[in-house]
Amino acid sequence: MQPAMQSKKRFRLGTALMYIVLSAWAMTTIYPLFWIVNNSFKESRDVMNKSFSLALDPVFINYTTAFDRINIGRSYVNSLIMSGGTVLFVLLFGGLAAYVLSRFTFRGKRFIFSILYATLLVPAFATVVPVYELLIKTSLVNTYWGLILPQTAGNLTFATLVIAGYMSTIAKELEEAAFMDGCNRWQMFTKVFMPVSRPAFASVSIFVFLWSYNDLFSALIFVNKEKVRPIVALLSEISSQYGTDFGLMATAVTLTVMPILFIYLFISKFIEKGLTEGAVKG
Amino acid sequence: MKGDRKYIWIFLFPMAAFLTLFLYYPFFKSLYFSFYRTKGFFDKKFIGWDNYERLVSDKLLGAATLHTLEIMLYVLIFQVGIALVLAVMVDNITKLKGFFRSVFFFPVVISGTAISLLFVLFYNYNFGLLNNVLAGLGLEKVLWLSETNALKAIAVPTVWHYVGFYFVLFVTAMSKIPEDYYDAAKIEGISGFKKMVKLTIPLILSDIKVVITLAITGTLKVFDFVWVISRAQNGTEVLGTYMYKKAMVDQNFGYGSTVAIYMVVLGVVIALLANRLLKSEEITY
Repeated sequence: MQPAMQSKKRFRLGTALMYIVLSAWAMTTIYPLFWIVNNSFKESRDVMNKSFSLALDPVFINYTTAFDRINIGRSYVNSLIMSGGTVLFVLLFGGLAAYVLSRFTFRGKRFIFSILYATLLVPAFATVVPVYELLIKTSLVNTYWGLILPQTAGNLTFATLVIAGYMSTIAKELEEAAFMDGCNRWQMFTKVFMPVSRPAFASVSIFVFLWSYNDLFSALIFVNKEKVRPIVALLSEISSQYGTDFGLMATAVTLTVMPILFIYLFISKFIEKGLTEGAVKG
Repeated sequence: MKGDRKYIWIFLFPMAAFLTLFLYYPFFKSLYFSFYRTKGFFDKKFIGWDNYERLVSDKLLGAATLHTLEIMLYVLIFQVGIALVLAVMVDNITKLKGFFRSVFFFPVVISGTAISLLFVLFYNYNFGLLNNVLAGLGLEKVLWLSETNALKAIAVPTVWHYVGFYFVLFVTAMSKIPEDYYDAAKIEGISGFKKMVKLTIPLILSDIKVVITLAITGTLKVFDFVWVISRAQNGTEVLGTYMYKKAMVDQNFGYGSTVAIYMVVLGVVIALLANRLLKSEEITY
């Protein structure tokens, strides 16, 4: 009896320890968010002096400043249009390419795959100067297309590989049945493969949206004028222009982060599903 | 199917066009620029290997490389390490699994820029959260972004940002391990730490390799944290910010492109080295 009980005790201790460590890490991901939201409802003076106290009587001055003075609403719309556009293009073109690469047999397919993998090694830094030149020549710099086009290209490879991985697991019978029904390849893509691959499309769209929405480097270079500036570029601007207005900074971070976090909470199940089903292992 | 050839072309065309125009063509054009001295886009002169010679003797670039490698070291040890430990723990508990999975992913969905701004508020000397805490404890305030501390201060949010991403990849890999392996281990009396080292980690080794490769290539792209927190000052220049400064701030497209090519080569070399070091028998199940 003695050893068995001992090991059980040790086991319990181990489990408790695990919960403590996990909760501690969870605190590091939750508390800073709480802190920033809480402080966004205080005047700058109070953010500095009493940053831990609860904003029991919230002030909205930072929010009015954010919308009136630095026009954060405009940046929101810009971000939404550009990141949304990028996601749409990536899904459509990546989906089509993935369909061909996963369901057709033809010569040169392996070659295309190896080129795609090689593409993953090229960071934005290595393409930014010529892309910038191209956008200037076509007067697309500081327009929505100036960010949508390069970001679509930048995310296409990832999307194609993930969606192709998913589509290659779909049963052949489904394809044959659709063929019997008289579908051509385009209809087969829109009516069979797109709906069936929803989890892959969902997780790709989430990641592409995040990467696009959060991409400061491209935003600073391609769309840095006020009328097209996305929210990350505005944040960077705030940190250099209004670096001492703590309340405004807290509010700007809150406004950037919260919508994304809420969307994430609603769709987090999709992310995991998309990742579990063949997304990671290329 | 009849007429497939036509569809292959039509369906692949948009992707091919995008990648050619915005990736392959620019990449080779960067390579081309790296052999030129440029003034804006219109005035350029072929100078052979001059830019590359400058690269070798560029002390600032050397420093930026070292700083990037230092952050990479922190990322590999702490980011990947913490993610692995947390994943093993979550794999071993029964309650609250879903809660931890969602909560650990929070920072990943937040932009690096927003996190940087948050840390600016933490690190501020006079009014920041950290010095507030220290003052509350009756301790001396610390200059968090000084020459000696700044790089480490930037490494903290960098590491914190993506722990959740690798954590999810690890948890996913672990959930694919068949139950019988663990049953067998139980019969053999293997549990706890031993089970992790002898069973779990070898079984997900290929995923660990993927994560390490992602972490290495990801670190070479670090830009927003450095740019927002310290504006690349006080010994925090990294390759991403250095390239940005040369190419975009100084508008020196030729040398900027050379730095970018150097970054690509460095990334490939380090990733290959890491994969060579980790080479071992792949386990399939």
